[in-house]
Amino acid sequence: MTHHTSTGLDSRKIAFWTFIGSECLLFGTLISTYLVYEGRSVVGPTTREILNIPITSVSTFDLLMSSLAMVLALAAVSRGDLLWSRIWLGTTALLGMVFLGFQYYEFSAFVREGLTIQTNLFGSTFFTLTGFHGGHVAVGVLLLLTLLTRSFQGKLGPDRAMNVELTGLYWHFVDVVWIVIFTVVYLIQTG
Amino acid sequence: MNQVRSKTSGHPSSGTYLTIAAILTIITLLEVGIFYVELFRPVLAPVLLVLSAVKFSLVVMFYMHLKGDHKLFTLVFVGPLLIATGVLVALLLLFGVFVVG
Repeated sequence: MTHHTSTGLDSRKIAFWTFIGSECLLFGTLISTYLVYEGRSVVGPTTREILNIPITSVSTFDLLMSSLAMVLALAAVSRGDLLWSRIWLGTTALLGMVFLGFQYYEFSAFVREGLTIQTNLFGSTFFTLTGFHGGHVAVGVLLLLTLLTRSFQGKLGPDRAMNVELTGLYWHFVDVVWIVIFTVVYLIQTG
Repeated sequence: MNQVRSKTSGHPSSGTYLTIAAILTIITLLEVGIFYVELFRPVLAPVLLVLSAVKFSLVVMFYMHLKGDHKLFTLVFVGPLLIATGVLVALLLLFGVFVVG
């Protein structure tokens, strides 16, 4: 099913790339706000005292591998391989849920150590930025589970590959945002 | 790098996807390794930013297929990305983040 425009391109794909462009502005603003206020907290805990690099490195690797599973899912759907499309879609959703589990663990540990969204500027900007990202991951997992359900209903053949491609674009965008957050928030700020 | 394209979709082959995943993993290991090496401390930020930019580009070009897709998609993505980067740099300058001491 295609929705072509006068450009010859699928209108849904143009709309989705435009949406991703707007998401760049959203996350650009959130990252800017974090960086502007970084190091200006008058009370602790601060970045260096609390961020856990080894744990976050593992969750970063998890999200990178979910992107691999996502492109393999798209390839499987495009060639009409029902079994592997389900396996890769399920794997991507599972890796997304594992990432959310890591984030829940991290947030819980921070709260136990006395850092909440109200504690200081670091807490406010950190939880807002990573919380928004986590929210996006959660939406992505829901989209993936919806695709998986449609597959089991027999409604995700090669003719519907665009649905998987659009979900994939969203998922990879969430991944690239995390690539930036991991470097800027975790590695550079605590280094 | 394997540039063979799959016959069904016009997208890169599974081999290319696996190669990109391996490169992304190696770069992530490098990033974390550099973080722990005292020698890199003075140049940590620029080195990490370059490595991050390489990872970002690889995912966008190969996993999001911008490399072989229509230029209009690149335009509607890179345009806002440049604006966001400009806003980021302008705010950091405005708030004196780059001022030493």
